[in-house]
Amino acid sequence: MNRLKSWVTYLQVAPLALVFLLFLIVPIATIVVVSFFDYNTTQIIPTFVLQNYEELLLSPVTWRTYLQTIQFALITWALTLVIGFTVAYFVAFHVRSPTIQTVLFLLCTIPFWTSNVIRMISWIPFLGRHGLANTTLMNLGLIDQPLEFLLYSEFSVVLAYVHLYALFMVVPIFNSMMRIDRSLLEAARDAGATGWQTLVNVIVPLCKPGIAIGSIFVVTIVMGDFVTVRMMSGGLSASVGLMMANAMSLLQYPAAAANAVVLLLLVLFIVAAMMRLVDIRKEL
Amino acid sequence: MAKQPDIELVALTKRYGDAVAVDSISLRIPAGSYCCLLGPSGCGKTTTLRMIAGHEEATEGDIILGQENITILPPAARGTAMMFQSYALFPHLDCTDNVAFSLKMRGVDKDTRRSRAVDMLKRVHMDAYAGRLPSQLSGGQQQRVALARALITDPQVLLLDEPLSALDPFLRIKMREELKSLQTRLGISFIHVTHSQDEAMALADLVVVMNAGKIEQAAPPREVFNKPASAFVARFIGGHNVLPAAVARAPVVPGADGAPFVAIRADRMSVQVGTSAVAGATSLQGVARSVEYLGSTVQVGIDVIGLDTLSATLSEARFDASPVRPGEPVLLSWNPEDVHVLGR
Repeated sequence: MNRLKSWVTYLQVAPLALVFLLFLIVPIATIVVVSFFDYNTTQIIPTFVLQNYEELLLSPVTWRTYLQTIQFALITWALTLVIGFTVAYFVAFHVRSPTIQTVLFLLCTIPFWTSNVIRMISWIPFLGRHGLANTTLMNLGLIDQPLEFLLYSEFSVVLAYVHLYALFMVVPIFNSMMRIDRSLLEAARDAGATGWQTLVNVIVPLCKPGIAIGSIFVVTIVMGDFVTVRMMSGGLSASVGLMMANAMSLLQYPAAAANAVVLLLLVLFIVAAMMRLVDIRKEL
Repeated sequence: MAKQPDIELVALTKRYGDAVAVDSISLRIPAGSYCCLLGPSGCGKTTTLRMIAGHEEATEGDIILGQENITILPPAARGTAMMFQSYALFPHLDCTDNVAFSLKMRGVDKDTRRSRAVDMLKRVHMDAYAGRLPSQLSGGQQQRVALARALITDPQVLLLDEPLSALDPFLRIKMREELKSLQTRLGISFIHVTHSQDEAMALADLVVVMNAGKIEQAAPPREVFNKPASAFVARFIGGHNVLPAAVARAPVVPGADGAPFVAIRADRMSVQVGTSAVAGATSLQGVARSVEYLGSTVQVGIDVIGLDTLSATLSEARFDASPVRPGEPVLLSWNPEDVHVLGR
């Protein structure tokens, strides 16, 4: 009887375990294995060499690119956090009617009705040398020369990141905020807390799980991105993802795989550090 | 101790759009008294409390504490403190920090505020749990921490919003006693919102019965029970039979509007099997509907044609002297001096 029961249990977890095995464990294991292969211009040679990692880690380009990517991630994280928290705060606490809350929340998701690429491209006519922004500023007489930094720069990359990923911050923080018992805010007011003190002492601590989840989303996405950097920097900026994409276009799969493993370890480390700071389990 | 102030509500009104939640109520709560706002849900008692606390803006009228008009002051500047229905303890702070919260907001340094918080926790016998989070405490313990948090600001008035409703019945009676003894010790006014007449009777110096945004009666508990001001109060307080005056053959008070009602306490009723009238008493013919044994008393429900079900509360000895069974025709009688004529 007991043996039968344990079989049933295994049977019940089998589908999910299979999905994980097939779509998570197998691909990652493949990447790890390939990262130790050798290659030349025409073929990949199944063997075991550490050369891919040596070349990667000893190259100053790698370090510069990683630093650049981390910089993008940090700036984007800070901006999406401030914007996401503000938007979530407004919708959760300033808007009283639940109907309007829902409407505003749906409004936030409208950009997601089109693809990432289209949303990025739509910035180009706006930011370009003869784009809307420059033309307007020049017609107003505020500038004589078109602003060069608007497009194909680090500025435009970060702008696109923030535009694309702010919602990933808004949603979990909003979710955390909606779980805050409103009587806690009254209790804080009753204890003489000002609006700012309530924010710092009550709302932010109780939003920590939401902030952590949003941060994980934004940081992991930006760390792995290559499309945005390629399109918005016009090839002037690099990112780890772009490095891998370039290696793959040269059919240097083992080099790209080694890079992927290093990036995966770095991102896992960042996520683990965030999970140590905040217990997100109660939010799930 | 400094002389504590009275609280006075003057024509206090709260409207939400067209709906009137509190309809121009006036009330004086003497200093150092335990006042219970009693009424069914939606009667405006919680809104009244929240207006006194400053968490709800009064549409019209004034709230006076001592010599000061506090109607528009922020909650923390009023000298009131509120204990919330679900206690509203901060889930991310331990008991000490919860209690010390208002001191922190005032900029008291960490050591001072924590030691004062621990002192306050001692007063509610919770110092042993100072380092625990609210989620690690039982309902009764959470309530004590909430009390300590409210009292650390040295309020002149403590406002309690249904403080006992989240507790199980046994704990409720225990905490009820503690609240009363704490109020006596502190000598400050407590204003306690409840929908339980037992709670109000047991605790209050002043019971304020509210209905539909108005005060039906504000009086000491004995007076509310023995001389209910209206049919609503008599019915809500329980333990009364409310009859049309004509049925009870009571003297009709001049000036009373409409068809006046009378109330007769259920424990002043006599019940006997049969149909013969009792000398010197007023009586009604009915049929016993239910007999409930409640320990020291027996509750008999009686159907009388044309009236709501009446009840008689008999001591066990009186019941045994002439037992009744459901379905039997009975004679329900009372002495004319036990008839209380109701105002409305």
